[in-house]
Amino acid sequence: MHRCAICQTNRAQVIRPKNGQKICKGCFLEVFELEVHTTIVENNIFPNRGERVAIGASGGKDSTVLAATLKALNERYDYGVEFVLLSIDEGIHGYRDDSLETVKRNAVQYGMDLCIVGYDSLYGWTMDKVVEKVGRKGNCTYCGVFRRQALDRGAKRLDISHILTGHNADDIAETVLMNFLRGDLPRLGRCAEIMTASPTSPMRRSKPLKYAYEKEIVLYAHYRELDYFSTECVYSPEAFRGNARSLLKELEKIRPSSVLDIVRSGEQLVHDTIATGKLDYEERNGQDEKRGGLVNGGRNAAPDQTNPESLPETVHEIENKAAHPSNDEPRVQTIGVCGKCGYMSSQPICKACVLVDSLNKTRAPVEVALVRD
Amino acid sequence: MSADTIPITVELAGGLELLFDNEKKLNIDLPAKTGTGDAANINYLVDYLCVHHMKDTRREMFEINGTVRAGILVLINDADWELEGEGEYELQPKDTILFVSTLHGG
Repeated sequence: MHRCAICQTNRAQVIRPKNGQKICKGCFLEVFELEVHTTIVENNIFPNRGERVAIGASGGKDSTVLAATLKALNERYDYGVEFVLLSIDEGIHGYRDDSLETVKRNAVQYGMDLCIVGYDSLYGWTMDKVVEKVGRKGNCTYCGVFRRQALDRGAKRLDISHILTGHNADDIAETVLMNFLRGDLPRLGRCAEIMTASPTSPMRRSKPLKYAYEKEIVLYAHYRELDYFSTECVYSPEAFRGNARSLLKELEKIRPSSVLDIVRSGEQLVHDTIATGKLDYEERNGQDEKRGGLVNGGRNAAPDQTNPESLPETVHEIENKAAHPSNDEPRVQTIGVCGKCGYMSSQPICKACVLVDSLNKTRAPVEVALVRD
Repeated sequence: MSADTIPITVELAGGLELLFDNEKKLNIDLPAKTGTGDAANINYLVDYLCVHHMKDTRREMFEINGTVRAGILVLINDADWELEGEGEYELQPKDTILFVSTLHGG
């Protein structure tokens, strides 16, 4: 039997992937929380006492662990902030409706208010209907654009300007790998940042679990017997992210520190690129598109951006503009409002409205009358 | 003379239960010896589960190269299997083995 390397008393039950340390369940729960606390303090994630902060909650393991940990830490270290659960209802039958039930239970368990924002009410389209229309290829792009804005709008509705998401170290390492493989340095930089603020949005977004291994998140949820939901999105194509993910898990098996090493590489690459002036700050913080699966932890996110054929032309143009601003375009983006919906946008018409328009254009009137079971 | 079977409990979580007809807990009498006469270990259990209990045809969602797929955590009596010899761990009566996927959306 191995004894715990920390308390020297109990049976070791966990090997920590970051350093190989063998520790018991009690010490594991303690160090896991302590490390999230350290991340919060070192990055000054909660600078304002009395502030209300939204937790993007999907009912999955990451956001559930985030909510449970933050509740404990806020009580222990007195951050003086109030957490609200913010969930997006994409309108995916058999996936989101079930996971939202979990979020509702979490709200009661953690004593937090819950706000649910639906694609249906915001855009007039559920993802089920979008998929009916555009098919399974490329639908993640719609979901990603819609979700990002929906989170912002939900937070605004709550008069909140700071959103926390459950992205973990594995999620970020995956995204770093994907952006590296695509040669997309601007996105690589953004995905490795712990906090993002963008001129197109007044919202701050933070990832307090950025340095937490997925393995430890699952163990934490297991040992604390947290109530979470785990099913893959029914429309999720495992394409590019799936491959990056498998690669990462294989690497982790051989060398567990790989995950955090890749996260650090992402951070370092950005620093170096900024230092040599190859990437200017405005560009880095512009069009913060990143990826779709903000609440979902990103597994379902935007693999189709690698598949240009699957996107409507309008989306392309926007994507290209974001990634490669031409020289005659002003580099500093300013916040304007979308001419259509009136919501903040760096373009005359916001991305979500462009997508909704493309959907509405060809919608046969009869479809409106369709009744789904 | 050891018994022919080992009574164990298998638990499935994190979405893996979906591969097993939504069963989260299985009480199994595992053959004590493999076909080649070796003591039953975790890798043998993984194969046994695929053959006898998995309802889904996508075996590769659970088993790859003779052991569990990377990204699935295995806890032997609530301890990380890395502490117990991983796939080579030989099952003991009344063991509880938890398989939990980390691969599903969060």
